[in-house]
Amino acid sequence: MSESRLGVLKTYKLFVGGKFPRSESGRVYEVTDAKGNWLANAPLASRKDARDAVVAARKAFGGWSGATAYNRGQILYRIAEMLEGRREQFVREVAEGEGLSKSKAAAVVDAAVDRWVWYAGWTDKIGQIAGAANPVAGPYFNLSTTEPTGVVAVLAPQDSSFLGLVSVLAPVIATGNTAVVVTSQKSPLPALSLGEVLATSDLPGGVVNVLSGKAAEIGPHLAAHSDVNAIDLTGADAELATALETAAAENLKRVLRPRDEDWSAEPGTDRLLAFLETKTVWHPIGV
Amino acid sequence: MAFEYAPAPESRSVVDIAPSYGLFIDGEFRPAEDGKVFKTVSPSSEEVLSEVAQAGQSDVDAAVRAARKAFEKWSALPGSERAKYLFRIARIIQERSRELAVLESLDNGKPIRESRDADLPLVAAHFFYYAGWADKLGHAGFGADPKPLGVAGQVIPWNFPLLMLAWKIAPALACGNTVVLKPAETTPLSALFFADICRQAGLPKGVVNILTGDGSTGAALVAHPDVNKVAFTGSTEVGKAIARTVAGTGKKLTLELGGKAANIVFEDAPIDQAVEGIVNGIFFNQGHVCCAGSRLLVQESVQDELLEALKRRMSTLRVGDPLDKNTDIGAINSAEQLARIKSLADSGEAEGAQRWAPACELPSTGYWFAPTLFTGVSQAHRIAREEIFGPVLSVLTFRTPAEAVEKANNTPYGLSAGIWTEKGSRILWMADKLRAGVVWANTFNKFDPTSPFGGYKESGFGREGGRHGLEAYLNV
Repeated sequence: MSESRLGVLKTYKLFVGGKFPRSESGRVYEVTDAKGNWLANAPLASRKDARDAVVAARKAFGGWSGATAYNRGQILYRIAEMLEGRREQFVREVAEGEGLSKSKAAAVVDAAVDRWVWYAGWTDKIGQIAGAANPVAGPYFNLSTTEPTGVVAVLAPQDSSFLGLVSVLAPVIATGNTAVVVTSQKSPLPALSLGEVLATSDLPGGVVNVLSGKAAEIGPHLAAHSDVNAIDLTGADAELATALETAAAENLKRVLRPRDEDWSAEPGTDRLLAFLETKTVWHPIGV
Repeated sequence: MAFEYAPAPESRSVVDIAPSYGLFIDGEFRPAEDGKVFKTVSPSSEEVLSEVAQAGQSDVDAAVRAARKAFEKWSALPGSERAKYLFRIARIIQERSRELAVLESLDNGKPIRESRDADLPLVAAHFFYYAGWADKLGHAGFGADPKPLGVAGQVIPWNFPLLMLAWKIAPALACGNTVVLKPAETTPLSALFFADICRQAGLPKGVVNILTGDGSTGAALVAHPDVNKVAFTGSTEVGKAIARTVAGTGKKLTLELGGKAANIVFEDAPIDQAVEGIVNGIFFNQGHVCCAGSRLLVQESVQDELLEALKRRMSTLRVGDPLDKNTDIGAINSAEQLARIKSLADSGEAEGAQRWAPACELPSTGYWFAPTLFTGVSQAHRIAREEIFGPVLSVLTFRTPAEAVEKANNTPYGLSAGIWTEKGSRILWMADKLRAGVVWANTFNKFDPTSPFGGYKESGFGREGGRHGLEAYLNV
């Protein structure tokens, strides 16, 4: 390859309903590396983009929540496979976006791949951990099972733009929810590239929708949206989190509040359980 | 021919209601600091039963302070010791269950048959169940050593006063929390009697505090900065207001709110059993049930047959004295609730649905509403969308299972649902598709302390009952 060859840059786009649209607003914002060098122009998602993403997520919910847990597990594992194959690209994007050394960025990307694998294995187990056969005092079959909450809005962490994003997104979809994710504002590029991985992993369109832009601008629309069932406020600062939790009360969204996180630690089941409902079914026993 | 029944009243002499009650704070009854009181009346007779204190802000402060002080020792007790207190409470409730049943029927208006055979057995069972968890929390799936949250502020409704108290207090204490509980304004008495049971059980002072009062007392309690956990059962409207109050405070919140459950009857269902289930679903407790089967979805092909049988059955329901052992439907809990039921029923007629109620003589004093059925109801009608919380059933029809699911789920609520069919695979298919926290198939309105209860969507979040019910009171 000639040293003088000019590289072909990627136009980073949103990922909504399995497609890669630009923001309907036509807005972009400049994404730079830690030293302030230009990396790309990312779409600055708008209220309309958020609403389109919710429509796509709702449309995908029936199929994804109705898919077998085994099937969901295989697709999550496929995501890990696809990601592994594009490891170098993500190492570069994470290193540039988060100002990490190549080796540190590689460790982050490896952890993100492994996280998909970890959650792939959970899809057909969490129901066994969280469900119950209840010994009621009467002649009734009584079974509690888990079901996904629905459409979940996720404000991904601002600092950990890739491992953090995967850590909040994977458990949401592992359990059969569909997601609208708002990326780290400062470093949206790995998340936007993840959309390309998701698009080639047999994940049905609309299960994950990725919006880049400002949590403070898009968040309020998602928190107030009546067709969003839950919201993860991890990427919101304290003031924004309070405002969004207040707005979320309007249709009683399930709210996951921001807390201290160590993205390198094993996640536990909290995030899987946060967006699961428990359904209890009764039936008489008799001949 | 109709059978005549002689009156068969349960004796009131088993319960001794004092003319007035204070607030139960730090193990003692005391008047509200500003001396305010209000009367609680029997909804079946409008007789004043007692005068209770109206807790104000300073009383809320005192109760939370007492609970905070008690928390240190209570949470440090070995779980096995907490368990024994709860077992004691369960046993004393069993001993005093007739007294409490009569009291509940007097203050709430519900038939003695229900308070005696449903509420009280479930209350005792709930304490007995959670007692056993107190020293086994490390096995509950929340880590090896899960911790209590601290002081729980609990606000409960008037439809099952003592049962809702049990659902709130039993798991809270088992997990090592202390509580400040506010019973509903119209049904304060059984909670005050429960305070006496705490005394008899030797429960350390301050572990349970009972504040009587109106909505303002509840609002002050949930907003109190030293409360770590808020649990509310009641209307969706108030639940949303509480969620807004709690936002940003970090307090753990569980809400058990309204419902508009579909009770779905397929053409192959055994009609007689379905009719019993429909009646139980909507007329149990005068329809003052958040999970009531208030929308009957009947398959078009059996609509006529089912409605005829249902009307016949409704004609045999006995409305009247809650203390009469033959009474099926007691008094509406308050004048305010009666007005709400009347207004919504009137809207049903005004919007074009057909109203039917059996001929039935209602007592001249107290608050009463005859069991009522609306046919020709469309999904747009208010009586198909809004929670009536009374003995009013809205009948809609469907042709296919898919249509039944779509109509059943067409509500912001998601607390419960019913399915009546003989086909097992259809039950499971329907149960899977219905967006509701509790699904009763070929039965309705069944409850058990081991069985998680709670809603989807705007019916709230969190579960009460079972292992799941511990989570609301643990720092997990």
